This record gives sequence, structure tokens and C-alpha cells, in this order.
Amino acid sequence: MLDALVQIFSLIFSVNFILTVITASTPLLLAASGELVVERSGVLNLGIEGMMIMGAACGFAGAFMSGSTLIGALCGIVAGAALSAVFAFLTLGLAVNQVAAGLALTILGVGLSGLIGAGFVGEQIVQAPRLYLPILTDLPVIGRILIGEDAFVYFSIALIIAIWLFLYRTRAGLVLRAVGDNHTSAHALGYPVLNIRMLAVLFGGGCAGLGGAFLSLAYTPFFIPGMTAGRGWIALALVVFSSWRPGRLVIGAYLFGAVSILGLALQPLQLGVPQQLMNSLPYLATVIVLVLISRTRGTAGSAAPASLGLVFVPDR
Amino acid sequence: MKKWNIVAVAAVLALAAVTFGTTYAAEKLKVGFIYTGPIGDLGWSYQHDVGRKAMEKALGDKVESTFLENVPEGPDAERSIEQLARSGHKLIFTTSFGFMDATLKVANKYPNVFFEHATGFKRAKNMSTYAARFYEGRYIQGQIAAKMSKTGVIGYIVSFPIPEVISNINATMLGAQSVNPNMKVKIIWVNSWFDPGKEADAAKALIDQGADMITQHTDSPAATQIAEQRGIHSFGESSDMIKFGPKAQLTADTDYWGGYYTKRAQDVLDGKWKSEDTWGGLDSGMVVMAPYTNMPDDVKKMAMDTQAAIKSGKFHPFKCPITDQDGKTVECKGGDHLDPGQILSMNWYVKGIDDKIPGK
Repeated sequence: MLDALVQIFSLIFSVNFILTVITASTPLLLAASGELVVERSGVLNLGIEGMMIMGAACGFAGAFMSGSTLIGALCGIVAGAALSAVFAFLTLGLAVNQVAAGLALTILGVGLSGLIGAGFVGEQIVQAPRLYLPILTDLPVIGRILIGEDAFVYFSIALIIAIWLFLYRTRAGLVLRAVGDNHTSAHALGYPVLNIRMLAVLFGGGCAGLGGAFLSLAYTPFFIPGMTAGRGWIALALVVFSSWRPGRLVIGAYLFGAVSILGLALQPLQLGVPQQLMNSLPYLATVIVLVLISRTRGTAGSAAPASLGLVFVPDR
Repeated sequence: MKKWNIVAVAAVLALAAVTFGTTYAAEKLKVGFIYTGPIGDLGWSYQHDVGRKAMEKALGDKVESTFLENVPEGPDAERSIEQLARSGHKLIFTTSFGFMDATLKVANKYPNVFFEHATGFKRAKNMSTYAARFYEGRYIQGQIAAKMSKTGVIGYIVSFPIPEVISNINATMLGAQSVNPNMKVKIIWVNSWFDPGKEADAAKALIDQGADMITQHTDSPAATQIAEQRGIHSFGESSDMIKFGPKAQLTADTDYWGGYYTKRAQDVLDGKWKSEDTWGGLDSGMVVMAPYTNMPDDVKKMAMDTQAAIKSGKFHPFKCPITDQDGKTVECKGGDHLDPGQILSMNWYVKGIDDKIPGK
């Protein structure tokens, strides 16, 4: 028993394990950060998977043609945002049901990305470069973690901090939350509900696209149709898991990443933990968190926007 | 994506068949394919699609084909298979183990349509099975791995504990043990045929735990790419993945289905189609080894010799006696080797594998 614990601990606290967890968590964090803002504005976009895979396809195409990771990442952002613009037009412009439009967006994104990416399947690009700062990166153990991965990883952390600052420390963030909590009141106060929501949706699309571009530029630098393999849906679950709070979103994303990598890495140790149980842990955790927050009120409870998923037509 | 074009085309064709009657449809044989992954996976589904195209090329305008990709395994597949059966396809290939029960169900419903299910074991009057003896290539890979490995550990990324996967792990280990009896294998189940990110994560975990040979029974080239990055060796799966690991890939166990698909379609055209079980290997050209690369000449020679011996039938990878994980000698039903039934229903590990089959 003690022997097993020692094995588990030496595994968990190895640099390579932590780096693998970081890589696995980053696309989830990027996509979920965007969706968090979208949902805080009161819109439920179920099309993350579609926007992510579009970002993966266009990001790869951009990087392949330009030879630059940065241009690839920008292409991914633009592709995700462009697809979300379709969603914005449908749900905000035409007041279509958000659930139906979001699902359609996923199907559209999966199909369209396959078409765009078809010519790039099997092509090679240079993997996104790892950052290097003299002295800092050379630090033993923590150096590689602190500043030795690619820029996506550190950008994702900066992004969620920026989102927290925006939501809780700026007036614009306050307005966005107000729109999400009660669009009728926000409208009566003179705030442009639909415009704010449109910007939020575009932002969410860009984040999902960037998350997808991370997959095809840094995680596994190639493009294959369907390579997001359901990560968009996990990102969606993460927003619920976080109870719509940025801080918990980071914890959730890294917890999901850690548990899923642990589920893989523990198997060869033959500790007798059924791998099916390990694989279901992230989802089990989501259910438990949902139960807990549903029983908690006040600042520790859920920040679920009251108008989430509701259609808003200004004149009504 | 092509899928939607095809669905649209299939829908239009179905409509056309209804509108214009069956006079046109009778002239061309419509052949349908169900793939579990995207045809761009560069692995399993891709190779089946290569086979489909080879069939179209060989038979010209006598056939036309339709494929549905990304079809989930399990009960849901029934709808997709039935969709093809209803839209006038007379020969339908379902190309993954998980389509077995769904194919049988639809086959019973449409007695005039011929079905072909890959890698399964259930047949009917109008349902054949076909598979490739991948384990032949796996045995060779095991031998190469044992020769090339410095750490003595093979890392094996696997999808689901079905007999085909288990028999391939066993063949790899039997091959490895024939060279070095102390070879170890570390196994990670990723519970998916296709998830590049997860496959890459599994490869990293295996390498971190000492494996310096990576092989897989999943469909994307992600693991080969990781092997290349980490400067170790790997084996491609289903298709040649040398592009993703020019220095890493030693060989690949690739599948060529074109010959089989052409023959079966021709059989239908000639009215000679019969329900049967086809299991082709290196001898029939259904299993082809990608070029042996990145290895010294003596290892290459050993691989080629084994390949020739298996091909000519002189050697069988599951040659008896075989001892299972618990040390019991396995009953030998095929004379001096295991019989096909034993291999196709394999649910036990050979001696020397330190893993537990999930769910067992």
C-alpha cells in the first residue's frame, strides 16, 4: 500500500507529468474561458466543439501557409469568431432558439472544418516554439513549468486573469453581468443588450478557435478531421463546474486535465484501480460540484446568470 | 465535409430511385461503406477508403459507392446502416468491430442486401465477415522491438479490450519474447479509437515510465509524432505513418482492403456472392508491412525472414505451446498452433504481460 502511494506521488510530482497535465488542460481552459464570458452575458452557445475544430483547421492552414505559429493562432481566432458570428446572427438577430442554433453550429463547424482541412491532412508544420528565458527557464524543476512551454499555455492563464478583472473590476464587466442576469432591466436602463451579447459571443468564438488552434499547432501538430474529439463539450461542462466563476474555472480545467492524465499514467503501474473508474472521475466530480453549489447560497454559490439561454427581443 | 455531400447525394439518389423507379438503379451495383472514424484519420478508416477507391477504379462504371464516416459504434450505427440499405445499396461493408450487432440486425431486416462486417464473428445468410491477420505483422514488430529496445520496455497504446486488440498485444509479446524472454510491455487503454490528444498523452506517459518502443492500436499518428520528438522508436498502425516519424518509425502494420472489396463486389455482380468468413494475412496481401526503416541490417534481415516464413505458412505466430498469464498451457485446437476461433475470441494474455484486461 505504502509502496503504491510512493509510486503515485513520484508520478504526480514529476515534471513531465505536470507538463503533460498543463498541455492537456490548456485547450479546455481557453475554450471554457470564452464560453464563461458568453454565458455571463446570458447566451448559451453549445457550438464550442464546432468553433474549436474550425480553429484547429484554419489555424493549421494559416500556420502551414505562412510558416508562422502566430499567424496560425490568429487564423484560428478569426475562424472561431467567424463561426460564432453565424450563431450571433441567428440567436440575437433572428431570436432563434439558442440550444438548437448551438447544436447546429457544432455540426456545421465539424463539417466545414473537414472541408477546409481536407487539403492539409498529412501535412507537417513546425510545432509551436517553447518559450525560453535565460536563467528562469533553466531553474531546476520549476523552470520548465514556469516559462518553458509554448505561448498558448501562458496566454491562457493571462486571459482568465484578464476576464476576472474585466468581470469584477470594470464597469463594462458589470454591465455585461447585468445583461446576463436580467436583460429586460438592462434594456430599460438603456444598455444595448444585443450588441453586448454579440461582442461576448464573438469573443467566445475567438477563444474556442484559439483552443482549437492550440490542438493543431502545439498539442499534436497536424490536422485530422474530428481531432477535437469532444473537448468542446468538456469545456461546456467546465463552465457549469466552475459555477460561472473564473477562479474555479482554472481549478476545474486543471483538475479535469490532471485526472484524465492520471487515468492514463496510472494504468501501467497496475495498482488495481479500475481504469473505467479513473476515466469517469472528472464527470463524477462535475456532478458532485453541481450538488454542492446547488446547496450553497451567497458568494460561494453559483453565479449562474438568470437570463441564461433566454431569447431577448428588445421591443417586447 | 465530404460526408454531408455524400449524405446529400445519397438523399438525392434515394429520391431519384423513388421518382424514376428502379430501372436505372438495377444497372449499377451500389456499394455502401460505414466508417467509424473520419476518412482523413490516416489510419484505419483511411485505409478502408483507399480500398473503396481501389474497388471503384477496378470495376469502373459497374459500381458506384457511398460512404458514411464518423459513424458512432453501438446501437446508433443501425440507423446509418439501414439508411444505406434503404437507399438501394446492395452490398454494404461495415468496417469496425462495434458495428457487429447493428449490422446483423439490419441484415435480418433486409434479406436481399449483402452485408460484410469487418473483424467480427457473427454471420448470417446475407452477412459475411472479413478481417486481416494483423497479428502476423505484430509478431514481426515484437521481434524488432526486442532487438532495438535498450530499456526492454514496449509502450502499447490501446483502445478497447476486444479480441482483435488482445490477440495483437499477445502476438507482439510472443515476438518480443522470442528474441528477449525478459521483454516487458506497458499498456494504456485510452477508451477511444481516435483522440489524437489522448493518444499523445498516453505516449508521453509510457515514455516517462521507461518505454522506448511505442506501438498502438488506435488510429491517429499522434503517438508516432511524440516518439519522433522524444527521439525513440515507434510502429505505425493501419497505415504508413513514416511522414510523422521519419526517424522514429521502424515499420507499420498496414491493411490493404482494395483486393477484397473488388472481389466481393464482382461476386455480387456475377451472382456468386456467398456468406463466408475471410481472414487474409501477409500471404493474401491484406496485411502489408511498411518498409523496414531506421534499423540495422541484421534486424531488418530478421524481420524479412520472419515475414517470409509467416507468408509461406512455415511459421505461425501463435505456435504452440503457449502459456497464458497465469502459467496454464493453452489448449491447442489448430494442430501445432492456435486455431482461428481461438484467436478471434482471445480474451486472455500470454505469459509475461503485466496487465489486467479491463472488465475481466
